[in-house]
Amino acid sequence: MNSSVSIKDLSLNFGAVSVLEHLDLEIRDGEFLVLLGSSGCGKSTLLNCIAGLLDISDGQIFIKGKNVTWEEPKDRGIGMVFQSYALYPQMTVEKNLSFGLKVAKLPQAEIDKRVARAAEILQIQPLLKRKPSELSGGQRQRVAIGRALVRDVDVFLFDEPLSNLDAKLRSELRVEIKRLHQSLKNTMIYVTHDQIEALTLADRIAVMKSGVIQQLADPMTIYNFPENRFVAGFIGSPSMNFFSGEIVDRDDHKFVRVNGVDFGLDAYPARSPLETGRKVVLGVRPEHVKVDEALAGGEFHDAVVDIEEPMGADNLLWLKLAGQTMSVRIAGNRRYAPGKPVKLSFDMSMASVFDAVTENRI
Amino acid sequence: MSDIAINKPVAMAGPRGKRPRPLFSPRNIMIYGTLFVAAAYYLLPLYVMVVTSLKGMPEIRLGNIFSPPMEITFEPWVKAWATACTGLNCDGLSRGFWNSVRITIPSVVVSIAIASVNGYALANWRFKGSELFFSILVVGAFIPYQVMIYPIVIVLREMGIYGTLTGLIIVHTIFGMPILTLLFRNYFASLPEELFKAARIDGAGFWAIYFQIMLPMALPIFVVAMILQVTGIWNDFLFGVVFTRPEYYPMTVQLNNIVNSVQGVKEYNVNMAATILTGAVPLIVYFVSGRLFVRGIAAGAVKG
Repeated sequence: MNSSVSIKDLSLNFGAVSVLEHLDLEIRDGEFLVLLGSSGCGKSTLLNCIAGLLDISDGQIFIKGKNVTWEEPKDRGIGMVFQSYALYPQMTVEKNLSFGLKVAKLPQAEIDKRVARAAEILQIQPLLKRKPSELSGGQRQRVAIGRALVRDVDVFLFDEPLSNLDAKLRSELRVEIKRLHQSLKNTMIYVTHDQIEALTLADRIAVMKSGVIQQLADPMTIYNFPENRFVAGFIGSPSMNFFSGEIVDRDDHKFVRVNGVDFGLDAYPARSPLETGRKVVLGVRPEHVKVDEALAGGEFHDAVVDIEEPMGADNLLWLKLAGQTMSVRIAGNRRYAPGKPVKLSFDMSMASVFDAVTENRI
Repeated sequence: MSDIAINKPVAMAGPRGKRPRPLFSPRNIMIYGTLFVAAAYYLLPLYVMVVTSLKGMPEIRLGNIFSPPMEITFEPWVKAWATACTGLNCDGLSRGFWNSVRITIPSVVVSIAIASVNGYALANWRFKGSELFFSILVVGAFIPYQVMIYPIVIVLREMGIYGTLTGLIIVHTIFGMPILTLLFRNYFASLPEELFKAARIDGAGFWAIYFQIMLPMALPIFVVAMILQVTGIWNDFLFGVVFTRPEYYPMTVQLNNIVNSVQGVKEYNVNMAATILTGAVPLIVYFVSGRLFVRGIAAGAVKG
């Protein structure tokens, strides 16, 4: 696999404040990489560094094998789409698309050809003569994508492109971006704080926190095998259930003991030895718990229904277990009244166990 | 039970729909009364000036300053414009008018051109020390002019342009810089930063972004700057009298010389006409572009 964008030992500080520190990232050719994190984690900053809109303090950036660390944005072979669309308000859609090409002094015939192609791909031909103010949010963002498209670049950068749209348009355009990536096969780097966008679009997700990449993996790995407690809690809605406890040894089997309740670890794929007495945090996703149904080799735990949240397709139960509140996702047609005692069985093969101190996966 | 919902709801007694607001409520009387008094306060002097300027001297001596002219005459206007004497010259305000035009137009154009580029650079192209530079400029807006007059006289003399129109234009341009730069910087800073980033990715440089992206979006603030500068420079008296020779005196200085001349009879009608003529230019500017002015000030100020 050729690497398309490669970031080596990148650091950025504004005065004494360090935003990114010694960051390394390899993005493969044609890959859709999502930078995911809450606001202020440095994901947009990293994107701006790749685009050349921010001068970095240390490190190197390569795009298509070329060192672009000191290059101007226009010479980096990138196109960028912004959250606020950033269309030039006084220009028509056509002029918006062709502005960069005119600045680059391309022949008019070539400009027309590229604009026509982009307009066709994004189906915005009827809008070409309109001003941005006469377009809806979704149309504006399409034009903004078109502006990146006409540049005929290797790498597309998206800075939260869907965050200004309403929920319905967001899911429509999300599908369209995915389709665009499948047909163009360009490298795309996409910044978002929306985990659904990340999980649906990405080939790989880089979860960031305080300027550091916490985990870089494909969406399923990120979701099912989070590297640390932050990633586990950040991804998934409703959030993963966490139980603080310690590892105990009983009849030659390892358990996590939480407030006197023991969760067997026989099925858990541990990476390092589970030493007895170690303080740990057990994490279980709401859909990896069965209610009143036995799992193979599973044990039952007694719990009481606290609140029920029917969501149509599925039903979210909030339960009391071992003195803690936890959520479980069950089928939408199974209803439980508050106060009803239930028996839970945990799918420990899909659980996560983190060290209580380092918060890393064990 | 369900057929109640199907039936049309019956109108109930009691208040319904728009709340009535009587025309002569105490609230309205207060508001419009205050507005009327304020308007009269400002319009009455203007009225007196206009009617006096249209009267002959015999009629003025009767002393009824509020009465409309019995016999309308435009002679005072002609005299004020063409033949009123200031010192040795007897060619009226017309000389001062053209001097003022020759001072105002270049000063306004040059100061706005420089300040808009300054503001754009300070807002978008942050360089090392740009914040410090901006702070110094803003402080400049608060230094009283009088402090700088003598040093500037010396500088202009050393440059050999003391007393010329060029010298005065340079002075006006420099003194307009702090407030205009502040105005433009805040306006450009209020535009979305992503627009600027998008233009950079499109490959546009400093001037291409300025002329093709920023300038077309900055019309309101240009109007504000123009109005500020035209009225400020046109109404300027101090710099005009200090930095120019009598033959280049702007209209305001000449007006003062006409009105305050001590020889002969005080010709009130001519003085009034001369004053209105001098004030006409800023007045016209306000009337023509007042609406844009308010909009531009709001745009620049709110999102500073």
